[in-house]
Amino acid sequence: MTLNAFLFQILNGLSAASGLFLIAAGLSLIFGVTRIVNLAHGSLYMLGTYIAYTFATKIGGVTGFWGGIVATALIVGVIGALIEIVLLRRIYRAPELFQLLATFALVLVINDAALWLWGPADLLGPRAPGFRGAIEILGRRLPSYDLFLIVIGPLVLLALHLTLSRTRFGRLIRAATQDREMVGALGVNQAVLFTSVFALGAALAGLGGALQIAREPANLATDLIALGDAFVVVVVGGMGSIPGAYLAAVIIAEVKALCVGIGVVDFGFVTINFSKFTLVAEFLVMAIVLIARPYGLLGKAQGAVRSIAEPEEPIRPATPLLKALGAVVLVLLVCLPLLAQSTYFGSPYLLVLGIDVLIAIIFAASLHFIMGPGGMHSFGHAAYFGLGAYGAALLVKWLALPFGAALVAAPLLALAGALLFGWFAVRLSGVYLAMLTLAFAQIVWAAVFQWEGFTGGSNGVIGVWPPPPFDKSWVYFLLTLVLAVAAVLLLRRVLFAPFGYAMRAGRDSALRAEAIGIDVKRVHWLGFAIAGLICGVAGGLFAFAKGSISPETIHINRSIDGLVMVLLGGVQTLTGPIVGASVFAVLQDTVMRQTEYWRALMGAIILVLVLAFPQGIVGAFAALWRKAGGRT
Amino acid sequence: MTDIMLKVESLSAWYGAARILYDLTFEVGRGEVVALMGRNGAGKSTTMKAIMGLIAQRQGKVAFNGDDISRLEPYQIARRGLGFTPEDRRIFSDLTVMENLDIGRQPPRRFADGAAAPQWTPERLFALFPNLAEMPDRPGGRMSGGEQQMLTVARTLMGNPLLVLLDEPSEGVAPLIVEQMANTIIELKKEGLSILLSEQNIHFAQLVSDRVYVLEKGQIQWQGTMAQLSGSPDIQRTYLTV
Repeated sequence: MTLNAFLFQILNGLSAASGLFLIAAGLSLIFGVTRIVNLAHGSLYMLGTYIAYTFATKIGGVTGFWGGIVATALIVGVIGALIEIVLLRRIYRAPELFQLLATFALVLVINDAALWLWGPADLLGPRAPGFRGAIEILGRRLPSYDLFLIVIGPLVLLALHLTLSRTRFGRLIRAATQDREMVGALGVNQAVLFTSVFALGAALAGLGGALQIAREPANLATDLIALGDAFVVVVVGGMGSIPGAYLAAVIIAEVKALCVGIGVVDFGFVTINFSKFTLVAEFLVMAIVLIARPYGLLGKAQGAVRSIAEPEEPIRPATPLLKALGAVVLVLLVCLPLLAQSTYFGSPYLLVLGIDVLIAIIFAASLHFIMGPGGMHSFGHAAYFGLGAYGAALLVKWLALPFGAALVAAPLLALAGALLFGWFAVRLSGVYLAMLTLAFAQIVWAAVFQWEGFTGGSNGVIGVWPPPPFDKSWVYFLLTLVLAVAAVLLLRRVLFAPFGYAMRAGRDSALRAEAIGIDVKRVHWLGFAIAGLICGVAGGLFAFAKGSISPETIHINRSIDGLVMVLLGGVQTLTGPIVGASVFAVLQDTVMRQTEYWRALMGAIILVLVLAFPQGIVGAFAALWRKAGGRT
Repeated sequence: MTDIMLKVESLSAWYGAARILYDLTFEVGRGEVVALMGRNGAGKSTTMKAIMGLIAQRQGKVAFNGDDISRLEPYQIARRGLGFTPEDRRIFSDLTVMENLDIGRQPPRRFADGAAAPQWTPERLFALFPNLAEMPDRPGGRMSGGEQQMLTVARTLMGNPLLVLLDEPSEGVAPLIVEQMANTIIELKKEGLSILLSEQNIHFAQLVSDRVYVLEKGQIQWQGTMAQLSGSPDIQRTYLTV
């Protein structure tokens, strides 16, 4: 690459950085004040591109384009305010993760709303009036609109900086970011503050999206992509730091632009196409920054967040009633193969569904193990599922390993991955830990996706069927059942062993736990590894149950599915993940078949559950039980 | 006492399953300085937080300036003219002294009988706390404990309160500052403010308080004038001496 080409790529990166910054700044502001990680932030960005597209094409001209962009920012701001008033305000007192679940439901609903309103096709907006041409720089032609974007980022940064430092609204935002309860006790109406901050953040995301229409088409997949990018930028820059967000946006955009610019490089022994590494590069930068500076480049260690949620109830051993109930369910499950063959309502599909549910239970129980008792909110649990699934499938494909050996090797591979990633992850906590786990999962995903020669790339691995007798679905079902029961009981056993107590002690107060001689990091690291190991079992079973796997197996969606399952059931109950996984898997398998708009339906169901059962399904029943006087 | 500013009836509070306060009943008159005394863990801070609406699980009635404030949000309570300075100060460490003061700013207000409440500006507060006047642009995080203690009182006064809940103002600050805090409280009393003070330090309380309620295990064990408490070593030994 020549120096000119290099500099040109730098300019390209700067224009991309502006869009990244706009969405990340909004996310950062919202998180700072409300402590809500707004998973729907990418969706607001996506809405921005669609709404601006409509203005630019329906009204057209200068008014339609530029006026449309301003109007879009305002409209998305209003949508943000409505979201805060109608939904989030009701759940500020709910556990942090529940808020994540609610905003993820919004992702689903907004995505289907966009599908319904604008259709599935990509929509490319018109060129920007006044910026149609290109300017010759460094011997290449740079679209003048890109120059405009390069300027807009720092302008917004300056505007935000002045707002935060010079206005009372800005001072309130900064104060509330640190201690919102105290701000309330000084007479500031938090509801109004929260709504306006949410509206401001949403408007920034809408603006960022709207500005993209002259560059990239509106597309239904942009919501999660934008969300992932924004997360990386916010975490790299430091949560709550606006200048940090800009710095990080520039770094990430530059790294990506340079990857594209470098292109294919032949190292002699191996040829690497760097332009395919944009995804990995972004998350690698994040992983490196988080390891070196756990609070991001310009972030500060967050003061202990004063939790306004009720303190966690301790987990308790199963009551005799629960044990009996478990036994009944188990007997019913053992009889499921017979039921599936019965003439009246039996169907072979019943066993397929059963296998799906059981795999989901192993997956969710392993995630719950680190999330609930461990207090480590992993956003990348799909990595260990994927390592198990791909490990098993690839061993069969390349080494022709027998079924049993592959099934044993799968969890071991996941364990190795969890040991490696967990070592870094346990050094962080809270949102930063969540983001680092997400980064690792994305790296695994990108590696699988882009290493076509070995993993089959987007085609995945096919023809991974179990040998007889496991090719019969009822036999495979029973195998899955045995492993699921073993996994759940093992995890339970660990939790009620001294190791489990130590893990919970470390969660509740790392300092006090260390003061009584517990090596918290080590305990949490081992906990993380155990969760990865068990999760790998689910992955291995999954590969042989489906006969084929694709990068979907490791996609961020699966990590989020896991979170939804655990939260649906309730984080602080041991039966929670089992119930949550069952409900989720059944819903997914049944609801998905009913309608084209399954995401919206799913989202609506989650929203109803969140508002009706803020402690999860099992948590709600447990609370009812206690109210009824049956204190256990 | 003719004019009651704060009247607390049967106030109880819980943290989760643990009950902290048991049916507290007490009052603070207009222009009066009342001390809530008791050892660590007696429930002094919890009482203040419960009055301020900062504890979700609470029962009982709190009337302030003639209005029932039992079910209001903290910000609504603050806007009625009830100021709160927490024990742990809770200064916004990223904000400067001036910015901290600005967060507390509220419009001027009046007592129920129409009399104007003392009105505060940064200039007046700097006169009251000369140390703060020297560092208007210093971030809250780079101040000493005593300076932070002054700032937290000043920040609350920016809301032009009618009554201030002052949680352990003498805790963990240098003796010189303690003396200064005592003078400040006397000054505020002269201005017509009422103060509910929580305190473990009898020497400090003696300097400023008119009346005393002694708390132990979330219950009021003794009440009387400061002079009565000063004259009863028995009560002091039973409830206060560590």
